[in-house]
Amino acid sequence: MASQTRRQLLTALGLAGGTAALYQAMTVMGHAADSRFSGPPVLSGARKGSKVLVLGAGLAGMLAAYELRKAGYSVRILEYQDRPGGRNWTLRGGDRVVEMGTPVQKVGFSPGNYINPGPWRIPYHHRALLHYCKQFGVPLEPFIQLNYNAFVHSAEAFGGKPMRYRDVACDFTGVVAELLAKSIDGHTLDQELTQDDRAQLKEAMRGWGLLDENLRYTSSVHTSTRRGWERRPGGGPDGAPVPSQLLDRHDLFKPGMWQSLAFFMNYEMQTTMFQPVGGVDMIGKGFAKQVADLITMHARVTRIAQDQQGVRVTWEHTASGKVSEETADWCVCTIPLSVLSQIDVQVAPAMKAAIGAVPYTSHIKMGLEFKRRFWEQDDDIYGGISFTSGEISQVSYPSYGYHSSGPGVLLGAYTKNMAGLDIAGMSPAERIETGLAQGSVLHPQYRKEFSNGVAVAWSRIPWSLGCCAIWSEESRKQHYRTLTEMDGRIVLAGEHASYLGCWQEGALLSSLDAITRLHKRAQEA
Amino acid sequence: MNSFILRALLIAGLAAFPVAAHADSPGAGGERKSDMQSGAEVYRHVCQACHMADGKGGKGAAVIPALASNPKLAISAYPAGVVLNGFGAMPWFNGTLSPEQIAHVVNYVRTHFGNSYTDMLSADDVKAMAGPVPHVTH
Repeated sequence: MASQTRRQLLTALGLAGGTAALYQAMTVMGHAADSRFSGPPVLSGARKGSKVLVLGAGLAGMLAAYELRKAGYSVRILEYQDRPGGRNWTLRGGDRVVEMGTPVQKVGFSPGNYINPGPWRIPYHHRALLHYCKQFGVPLEPFIQLNYNAFVHSAEAFGGKPMRYRDVACDFTGVVAELLAKSIDGHTLDQELTQDDRAQLKEAMRGWGLLDENLRYTSSVHTSTRRGWERRPGGGPDGAPVPSQLLDRHDLFKPGMWQSLAFFMNYEMQTTMFQPVGGVDMIGKGFAKQVADLITMHARVTRIAQDQQGVRVTWEHTASGKVSEETADWCVCTIPLSVLSQIDVQVAPAMKAAIGAVPYTSHIKMGLEFKRRFWEQDDDIYGGISFTSGEISQVSYPSYGYHSSGPGVLLGAYTKNMAGLDIAGMSPAERIETGLAQGSVLHPQYRKEFSNGVAVAWSRIPWSLGCCAIWSEESRKQHYRTLTEMDGRIVLAGEHASYLGCWQEGALLSSLDAITRLHKRAQEA
Repeated sequence: MNSFILRALLIAGLAAFPVAAHADSPGAGGERKSDMQSGAEVYRHVCQACHMADGKGGKGAAVIPALASNPKLAISAYPAGVVLNGFGAMPWFNGTLSPEQIAHVVNYVRTHFGNSYTDMLSADDVKAMAGPVPHVTH
């Protein structure tokens, strides 16, 4: 459609149907979609010789460096660790995990197996991340998010026996449909709905919930077409299937059951989901390829000062102890607030207060390697997530290497909050034992097939002291805007400076926003 | 709220940490036994994650403060306030730990790790200090 005609059409729609109709039409036509990302920033014409110092070589820092160099700035990155990527991190055989106060763990996985201790999955609408993955040549593959054949387990329901997600989801739907249909027949909704609505809703419940002619949800061939069979359909004279029995409906209402169903309804959790082929750090490596020449590793920032002329950052080489100073016109600081709050930063008191007002999460991730992929071979589970009320919270199965006869690594724990703190306080061996004991409830094969494991406690990670920023309604209101505004010549970026916290997309959107404002300020200066 | 639901929420640690609606999140599970009574138990299952079994904290790009021989513990209201409200990277435990648990763990820390203060903090003292529980958001 030619742009003139298109604009005329949109204007006409806007006049006829108001902004809602206009917005909907624009969405269908590919504009005004839900992501804030509409393409990389078009920044150009930086003043000759103008210099930006980026602190932190995570995704936010590397993206800032990439785009600012393209805009004409001279850029340097200081990074505390000995690798770029930050929390974008993958563990493979031979890698070491160094925490504060925990014995060093050496990863014993077989070649090709890995675990992502930090970010691991990419929703289809995280457009900025998808854009740069494509641009930087990072191949993606599907991440299996929802698996109907995975387990849902709660110590409070079904005598502590794990149930298949499919059975819980189907029976919850059926029972709710039956109750709603009954309440229509019992006239309890007469005030809420017209007679026509009631008739239609009743039909909807019958079809949606697979109810029988008496509006009951029962074990039948009909319901088994959704929830599966006691004996599956086969060929030949004895091929007739046997319907499956329903779950006890009272236990369906226990929190661990419906919460697991609601989890996948979350906007950020909906399919399609992606992962980088070979480990999430392929993204960090893809970014690093663009800016590797700008990064100085082993640099611990100790002071960030500024005046009208520029910024001056003091840093210490973590290996040699040598202290250096680096000056620049501008600074993009992506250091997590957990660390930044302890650095001497010359910013306004309100900014200083904001930096100190954001605590960090205590996520745990555990990678367990087993001698064989019993979850596939014995349990028909290919990727996806099983939930448990145990401290490990979930087990997630690898979305790669299906049907391999070699050893496989699954995510044996992904948890946070109080459970995360409890596991963080354990020795590596105790953490793994916790993972094995609680995971055995889902998979009795655990003990026999276990080979080796690694457990990462983010609250003890020396370069981040936690995994993600925790915002409250109160701190958002009091501190968020201040935190994201430029303070003189310094601007902060990272997942903590976004409303998409704990996602790589949040780090990228924050970075793009920060450098766009920095560039504008630099042009005006 | 009936007691069953309240208990379930507490077990899941939802009082201060609801399932984040937006963050990459593990889901609703991850129960933590909420029957920690003594200060030693609370310390082992909660504080030790960062402050370490010996109370000496840690050092990386930033520092996890030591509780061992820390003069800031001289006045019990200081550690009680930090536990209630958080500090820097440390989250608040107001609403996650009970006033009793907070009093017990503060008393425990102030009488261990080389600290030997004799005055005791009570649950009522903690209650008097506690403000409203913050609401976690995305």
